[in-house]
Amino acid sequence: MSPAAMSEPVATIGANLRRRLAGFTRTLRDNGFAVGLAETRDALAILASPAGARPALLMPALRTLFCADHSDWQRFAEIFAAFWRGRGVRRMQPAASMPSRRRPSLQHLAQSAAVPAAPRPQDPVESGDGEAGDEMADRREHATAASTAERLAAADLRHIVDVREIAQTHALAERLAHRMRARLVRREQARRRGRRIDLRRTIHRSVSHGGTPIDLAWRRRKVKPLRLVVLLDGSGSMELYTAFFVRFLHGVVDAFRESEAFVFHTRLAHVSASLRDRDVARAVDRLSLMAQGMGGGTRIGECLAAFNRWHAKRVITSRTAVMIVSDGYDTGAPERLADEMRRLRRRCRRIIWLNPLIGWRDYAPEARGMQAALPYVDLFAPAHNLASLAALEPYLARI
Amino acid sequence: MTPDRDRIAERLAAVGYVADRDLATALWLMDFLKRPLLLEGEAGVGKTEVAKALAAVHQAELIRLQCYEGLDQNAALYEWNYQRQLLAIKAHEGAGASADAIEEHIFSEKYLLERPLLAAIRRDKPPVLLVDEVDRADEEFEAFLLELLSDFQVSIPELGTVTARSIPRVVLTSNGTRELSDALRRRCLYHYVDFPDVEREARIVTTRLPHIDEALAQQVARMVAALRKEDLRKVPGVAETLDWAATLAGLEVHDLRQAPEAVHETLICLLKTHEDRARLSREVTDRLLGKVA
Repeated sequence: MSPAAMSEPVATIGANLRRRLAGFTRTLRDNGFAVGLAETRDALAILASPAGARPALLMPALRTLFCADHSDWQRFAEIFAAFWRGRGVRRMQPAASMPSRRRPSLQHLAQSAAVPAAPRPQDPVESGDGEAGDEMADRREHATAASTAERLAAADLRHIVDVREIAQTHALAERLAHRMRARLVRREQARRRGRRIDLRRTIHRSVSHGGTPIDLAWRRRKVKPLRLVVLLDGSGSMELYTAFFVRFLHGVVDAFRESEAFVFHTRLAHVSASLRDRDVARAVDRLSLMAQGMGGGTRIGECLAAFNRWHAKRVITSRTAVMIVSDGYDTGAPERLADEMRRLRRRCRRIIWLNPLIGWRDYAPEARGMQAALPYVDLFAPAHNLASLAALEPYLARI
Repeated sequence: MTPDRDRIAERLAAVGYVADRDLATALWLMDFLKRPLLLEGEAGVGKTEVAKALAAVHQAELIRLQCYEGLDQNAALYEWNYQRQLLAIKAHEGAGASADAIEEHIFSEKYLLERPLLAAIRRDKPPVLLVDEVDRADEEFEAFLLELLSDFQVSIPELGTVTARSIPRVVLTSNGTRELSDALRRRCLYHYVDFPDVEREARIVTTRLPHIDEALAQQVARMVAALRKEDLRKVPGVAETLDWAATLAGLEVHDLRQAPEAVHETLICLLKTHEDRARLSREVTDRLLGKVA
C-alpha cells in the first residue's frame, strides 16, 4: 500500500470510530494478540474501504488481519462480538495460565531465601588485593566450588537437605543442561566438517587459476540439533525429586532451542511457555506448584494418550528424543500404558526413561506400569543424582 | 476495488475451487493490503489448492517453493550454472582474456539460474508465489524469507541488487510441525482453513466430478464428515473424499445404503493406516452408514 493511499482513509474516518478501533486493538492486546501499529493502520484502511460499511464482511476481514495463529483465530469471533456489541469483555484468559503466586510452599520460600547466600564468583574490583592475591583467591574459590560440585553430583538427591546445598544442586542441574547442549552441538560440527564441495565458492576461487579448481571450498552441512521433549512425573511418589528436575527442565528448555517440556500427574500440562520466563526463580516457582499437583495417583497411560493425541504431532519430529522422568508407579491399567508407549515409540527417534529409583540399592523395575513400558524404552537409566544425569550425555550424542 | 467476496467466490468456483465466504474475504484483503497470506490447517484441507486457484483466477503464473529441512538460498533463490562457467573459463583462456574480464563475464546474467524466489520477483506480470509448508524450513531460512517479503529485493553479491519488477501475490502454508516466528506471523494475514462442512464438501465433489449424482455427493460428504469425528490416526482430507467419490461412481454405486459391501471395501480410499482400517470394522461402517444415509 502506498503512503498516499494510506493517508487517505485515515482522513475520511471519524474521530469517534478511530477511538473505538483503538479501544478494540487494546482489548485484543489484553487478550494476548500481537497487534502493532501496522495492523491498526491496515484496519483503518479496511474500515474506510467499502468493506467497512458491511458488518458481515468486517468481522472476517479484521480476523484475517489481526490473528496470527489458530488459538487467536478461535477466540476472535467472541472478542469481536463482545467488543462491538457493547458487552466489553476486557480479558478472557484461561485461569490456568495465570501465574498462581499466592501460596508458595515453605520449601520454596526457604530456597529463595537461600539464593543470595550462595557463593558468587569473586569480584576482582571489590576485593582490593594485589593481582597475585586475586588469583590465589580465585583458584581457592574454584577448587572449593569444584569439590562441592563433585560431592553434590554423587549424592542421592534425597539426602541433600541443607538449603544452601539444594540451591547449589539446582544451579548445577541447570548448568548441566546447558553444557550438554553445547557439547552435543560442537561434536556434531566437528564430525560433519568438509563433507561436500561448495561449488559456488570453488568456482570463484578457481578463476585466478584459469578455471582449474585447485583451491577447494568445502561446504559444511548444517545439521539440525537434537530436539528434546521431556515429560516429567509430578506425582506424590516423585515428590523428593520434582523440585530438582524442574530446575533441570528449565535448563533444558533454555539451552536446547527446540525443546518442549510437559509435567504430568493425573493430567498433562504443557509447561514450556512458563519455563521460558527469564526470571528463573519465578518460572521454577510457578512450575513447582503445578508439579506438586493434587497429590493423587499418577495416570501415566492417560497422560501419554493425551500427549500422543494433542501434542505429539506438533512437537515430535524424526530427530526428537523423548525423555520420560518417572518412577513408573501408575494407577491406570498397564495395557493402556503399553499401548500409548508403542504409539509414541513409532513417532520419535528414541525414548529415554529416567527412573530415580534405579539408584536405590536392590531396585528391580517391578511396578506393573514400569514392566509394561520397558519393551518400548531405548534407554532405561537412573537419575537419582547429578552424575547419573551427566552420564546421559554421550548417549544423547549418539542419537 | 469493491470487496465483492461473492464475486471472488464465484470466480474461484469457475476455476474449480469452492471457497467459503471467509476465505474469499481473506483473498480480497490480500490484494487490498498487499500483504502475504498465511494459511494454516490440518493436512488435506486444500491449502495448496488455494494458491493454484488464485493463480488461475488472476491468470498468473504459479511459482511454487516447496520447503524442506535444510532448504538453503542456493535452492530457493539462485544458483550459478557451473558447467557453463567452467567451459567459459576454458574458452576464454584460449583467447587470452584477463582474469578480471573472465570473472566479469562468467558472473553475468547469462550464467544465472533462477530459483523460485528470484523468479517470483523478476516477472513482469505479478505471479502467485506459493511457499509451501514453510514450517519445514529452518529458522534461518524463515528469517531470510521475511526480509524478502518486506523489501521484495535481493542482493546477489556477484551481480548487484535485484529489485522486484512486480510484487507477487504470496501465499504461505503451514502444517504446524514447527512454531513459526512471531515476526513472520505479524507480517502475514492469517486464515485458518478448516475441513469443509458437508454442504461445501458436496459442492466440491460435484464441481470436480461433474458426472456424479447430486444425491451420492451429499451422502459421500456426510459419510466423510462422520468419519472425521471418529478417533482416527490420519483424518481423511478433501483429496481422499474426491478419490472415494470417483471410485464409487466408477463402481456405479448410486446410493450408499444399497451397497454397504462396496462402501466397506472402498474405504481404503479414505483410511491410510492399518490401525484406522482395523478400527473401522464392518459393524462400525454399517452404524455410520445408518446414521448418514
